[in-house]
Amino acid sequence: MEDVLTLGGKVLKNRLFVGTGKFADHKQMGEALEASNSEVVTVALRRVDMEEQEEDILHDIPKEMTLMPNTSGARNADEAVRIARLAKACGMGNWIKIEVISDHKYLLPDNEETTRATEILANEGFVVLPYMSPDLMAAKRMRDAGAAAIMPLGAPIGSNKGIRMKEMIQIMIDEMDLPIVVDAGIGKPSEAAEAMEMGADAVLVNTAIATASDPVQMARAFDYAVRAGRIGYLSGLGPVSATANASSPLTGFLG
Amino acid sequence: MSFYEKFSEVKNLPFEDLFQAVSSRDVEKVLQKERLTEDDYFILLSPIAEEYLEEMAQKAHRLTIQHFGKTMQLYLPLYLSDYCVNICKYCSFSFNNDFPRRRLTMSEIDKESQIIAEMGIKHIILLSGESKQHSSVDYLKESLEILKKYFSSISIEIQPLDQVEYEELFKQGIDGLTVYQEVYNEEIYRDIHVAGPKKDFIYRLDTPERGARAGIRSINIGALLGMDAWRKESFITGLHASYLQNNYLESEVGVSFPRMRPHAGSFQPKVNVSDKNLVQALLATRLFLPRAGINISTRETPEFRDHIIPLGVTKMSAASSTVVGGYSEPDVTQSQFEISDDRSVDEIKTLLRRKGYQPVVKDWQLI
Repeated sequence: MEDVLTLGGKVLKNRLFVGTGKFADHKQMGEALEASNSEVVTVALRRVDMEEQEEDILHDIPKEMTLMPNTSGARNADEAVRIARLAKACGMGNWIKIEVISDHKYLLPDNEETTRATEILANEGFVVLPYMSPDLMAAKRMRDAGAAAIMPLGAPIGSNKGIRMKEMIQIMIDEMDLPIVVDAGIGKPSEAAEAMEMGADAVLVNTAIATASDPVQMARAFDYAVRAGRIGYLSGLGPVSATANASSPLTGFLG
Repeated sequence: MSFYEKFSEVKNLPFEDLFQAVSSRDVEKVLQKERLTEDDYFILLSPIAEEYLEEMAQKAHRLTIQHFGKTMQLYLPLYLSDYCVNICKYCSFSFNNDFPRRRLTMSEIDKESQIIAEMGIKHIILLSGESKQHSSVDYLKESLEILKKYFSSISIEIQPLDQVEYEELFKQGIDGLTVYQEVYNEEIYRDIHVAGPKKDFIYRLDTPERGARAGIRSINIGALLGMDAWRKESFITGLHASYLQNNYLESEVGVSFPRMRPHAGSFQPKVNVSDKNLVQALLATRLFLPRAGINISTRETPEFRDHIIPLGVTKMSAASSTVVGGYSEPDVTQSQFEISDDRSVDEIKTLLRRKGYQPVVKDWQLI
């Protein structure tokens, strides 16, 4: 059976989601998005310029991709809700990645406000994907509020530090019955593979691709890494033992 | 709560001696660190750190790309009024400078806005002389009804207001506030601000905090470089920005580096701040505050602006007019200061692309 991810009524074959910020130009962004083979792309509504269609960021996004507008810039649930509604009114579909950030020093998400926005927008029929600080209880509340998937950060956004929140994310993967998409902090293809090997359903990558010397090649590398990590996970990784297996077992005499 | 408490702790430090005491080893240690303390920031502003500008620049460039990407926000100033009630030794708008004053009518604002919007600019900053009568909150609110048709982000750089007034303006769509302290030396401050409400050092110092409490999204501060010893001025500006970042988490904090330019008055800068000095201040600030916006205006020459683009700058103005009504009627009245870089928006965009940067004209949406 083909391994697919069903999310918001869409069947996705590729588990790499990509972002559109920080690229040197839109043409290069478009090429990187193509090379990534990704099917889901997030765009900050704040950057979308409906009046300048030719120069607008949406112009260079491959048409077959599913848009996941995000509420970047929102500082509380109300602002996130207003941005989400504007995105829908702009014809960007009904997926929404909720980003509520009330800390401009580290750009850490506000789980409480995010949950509040999730509830309002899910009730309005949005496919809601909340970006959050990994916390199982908060994730459960977001699920109960109507989230379609949960997007915990691997490390602070833009930090390229990898899956620093590994234990917390692993608990969420093990305990949650919703898709877990590891978002933010992934700096290298190997770290994307690591998230997939842990059992994450998808990963979202932006800075690591956009700021690479060759974003197009880096997008390709992430595509491979995500596929490899997923296959690794599905194939059943061998158990990792904290201690070596003794060649002369102490309990061997028990037969 | 006020930055004045923090300011009072540091203002009388023997800055000269402390800067001289910094060693190469101190600078090298700081350059190895990921998160910088206030002391580390001080070290990077020292004379000995000048020898490490290239290393500082490489690191500042990396951090800026990491946090802001290969992008540059473009904006334009729109001067609404040059009426001013203050007498300030260094400013052309000073009350005692005799020239025909002007405040734009609503139809003139519409005309100016159209011209700016045709250049493809979506973010503007409204400027005025300081006069609660001429650039009143009511006048601004009326202007906003027109401006919101053309722009997606509107900031102000006008006389300091009370918190309730900022709350009113925020509700009407103002999302950014720029206020320069001009100089963080109370004595010099009192000397150059001869008369008028601007004489109140503390009311001005607390302005960014009143704006942030009112909910304003982005807060931009700066010292007018050339008014006092620049290393000390830059240090206190950085402390001020850091204080705002730590205490008003919901606002984005930005820092500008305005350098004194020639103007109509006879006042000339007290301190000569060289290009090298300005670069050091900019780099130290970027390393101390990796996520702060950094703004360079058209006061600087084209050559200098071109060179500093990769050093940490995140916002630039282009094709600026510092004259009330200057976009629709060039050269009709007196400018606040002379601009050095008069390149068009398209020229700046071309330059940015050539340097591998995406010019961003829209990065906010009125919600």
